Amino acid sequence: MKTYFIIIHLVVCNIIIANFFSPTAHSSAQQIKVGSKKFTESVILGEIVTHLIKSTGEQPVYLRELGGTRVLWNALIKGEIDIYPEYSGTISEEILSGEGVYSEEDIRQALAKHGIKMTNPLGFNNTYAIGMKEEVSERLKIGKISDLRQHPDLKFGFGNEFMDRGDGWPTLRNDYHLPQQNVRGLDHDLAYRGLEKGTIHAIDIYSTDAKVRYYNLRILKDDLNHFPAYNAVILYRADLEERAPHVITVLKKLESKIPESEMIKMNSRANLDMVSESQIASDFLSESFSLETETYEETTIGRLLRHTGEHLFLVAISLSAAIIISIPLGILSAKMPGLGQVILGIVGIIQTIPSLALLVFMIPLLGIGGPPAIMALFLYSLLPIVRNTYTGFQDIRPQIRESAEALGLPPGARLRLVELPMVSRSILAGIKTSAVINVGTATLGALIGAGGYGQLILTGIRLDNMSLILQGAVPAAVLALIAQGCFEILERLFVPKGLRLKPAC
Amino acid sequence: MIQIQGVSKTYGQAAALHSIDLTIPAGQTTVFIGQSGCGKSTILRLIIGLIQADSGSVYFEGTRVTPDVVTSLRRKMGYVIQEGGLFPHLTAYDNVALMARYLGWSDERIKGRLNELSELTHFPSEGLERFSVQLSGGQQQRVSLMRALMLDPDVLLLDEPLGALDPMIRADLQVDLKRIFQALGKTVVLVTHDIAEAGFFGDVITLLKDGRVLQKGTLEELIQSPADPFVTRFINAQRSPLDVMRKDSK
Repeated sequence: MKTYFIIIHLVVCNIIIANFFSPTAHSSAQQIKVGSKKFTESVILGEIVTHLIKSTGEQPVYLRELGGTRVLWNALIKGEIDIYPEYSGTISEEILSGEGVYSEEDIRQALAKHGIKMTNPLGFNNTYAIGMKEEVSERLKIGKISDLRQHPDLKFGFGNEFMDRGDGWPTLRNDYHLPQQNVRGLDHDLAYRGLEKGTIHAIDIYSTDAKVRYYNLRILKDDLNHFPAYNAVILYRADLEERAPHVITVLKKLESKIPESEMIKMNSRANLDMVSESQIASDFLSESFSLETETYEETTIGRLLRHTGEHLFLVAISLSAAIIISIPLGILSAKMPGLGQVILGIVGIIQTIPSLALLVFMIPLLGIGGPPAIMALFLYSLLPIVRNTYTGFQDIRPQIRESAEALGLPPGARLRLVELPMVSRSILAGIKTSAVINVGTATLGALIGAGGYGQLILTGIRLDNMSLILQGAVPAAVLALIAQGCFEILERLFVPKGLRLKPAC
Repeated sequence: MIQIQGVSKTYGQAAALHSIDLTIPAGQTTVFIGQSGCGKSTILRLIIGLIQADSGSVYFEGTRVTPDVVTSLRRKMGYVIQEGGLFPHLTAYDNVALMARYLGWSDERIKGRLNELSELTHFPSEGLERFSVQLSGGQQQRVSLMRALMLDPDVLLLDEPLGALDPMIRADLQVDLKRIFQALGKTVVLVTHDIAEAGFFGDVITLLKDGRVLQKGTLEELIQSPADPFVTRFINAQRSPLDVMRKDSK
């Protein structure tokens, strides 16, 4: 009986927490949603667009740092977002790769088939390039990409997106016949540090990247013209022209208004001077358009509370759902061995899917933001609870099982009065494991726009800001410990005393 | 009281019972004895319906024991096993009261019945609030017996109830058990491998070997007129030290 109370108690608590902290305001369908990728330049452009739209009286939602190209593009197609900054080269080589569209006109026509439109170029060309430390390239006499052929032992570290995009490493290697074998994919922001430490010798960079100057990098000349132009543009849904024509009008104001020098300056302010992207965008609009906009600076505490709310929201919903589903699944597995093997097999396989992959699988089904992250976390939380429930039942001694039967208790009463109380400890232990895994894995939710502590960690990595990383990592660890502590208290309250006693000698 | 008609039971390849016919009379103590694996526990488990016969049938008070009716029949039987049958998450009191509570007995009625039973079984009332891990082996078996007797069943089935106890505790409990059986006048079916225990309790002793009834009678009859050389061998194998001394001094 008590076991039911625990479960109901947990679920009710979680739902209360979830409702209390529910982060997203009930966004109406009419609200305009701006997205950006998870690198600084995209975040700044997103801020500029958001500020501009605000100046028309709209109240847009800005979903910053949602992820890579695929995530943003899919979100745009599905209407999860209406607008995001993109680059012409990325559209040709990545989004529409294989369609052979290179001229601006071809691109426009191809995009129109997806119900997407784009502005004219904003003014700067942020092409891909290969960069090396100035000293290293000087010593090895490397000035152009083709010079790399003479140095097969060099180690390359490329951003994960660059590793497999249409104009990325595979075609670069073919075009230049590069012999290097030691090539690793890693997070772009971490690549700079590898370069600084000397563990890698060349990385992919963006030509407007603030860190080029900061780390004193040499940009190797693309002597075979491998990289296409990456003119910044803004993509938006075609239906926006009817829904909010005035928004399109202000977007077009940005055309040819952001030269390369301006973009590098803005990137530097964000990455090196630690100015907030919102402030940078506001300053730019004030200088270039004499447009005064309000910037909203969140306090450290306010931000921590918001991320805590988002994190708890993800954990509470996904864990509650997992508890409700897993315990019956575990009981079923124990009672029907054939079905049990299938159930345990499936939840076991789910656990082996890498968390990042699982998150991305969810995007086509559930879009971006909270729902796919909650679904992924829910799936991850199943195994420990199902398995612990199942083993708990298996561990009930046959004498106990038969004694309950021999008393004349019907199956339902045996489950309620004898079996469930006896496995309560095992079930709680499973829930505890799930909760700790869940809190940790929820940090990855930020990769698909679900927010939470992971957002602070991601932004911290992007800005190379250790304090920000810790502001995300430490609360996440503390939350995991608190969750564990809570379940230990629950165990004391709900596991029958007789099961907690040590046998007398 | 209980009829067993042409019952066979196999576990996988091994046959536990070969077409057994038995009648267990009311108001007597019937003892099944034999080596491990002779099928004696299987008979008890068939009666209380924990397992089903492959062929033949078991009747309890004229009703055939089938999965459909077994739950209600079980409430007229008390079942005690060798050890480990108490629910560890419940106190001794709650173990004994579990089924009565489920059936909706009032608290006073339960309490009254428990008082009777703890007196009958010589179980100290302060031990009722303890959990099974806090009780000695002998005390645990007294609680098991109380639990079996709680609903005042028509028959008491005991599967080696003293088998896991130290010799001295065992001797005490033997005496208590016999007194209880006599006081209650219930039908008792007891399974043991100890011939002395069988003789101590049994009005009728049934010796089983390899799933068949070898001989049925009093201990006296088993010793004096064995139906098979195995009966004598089985009895002699358990001679007590006192018998051995007596024989040696002749």
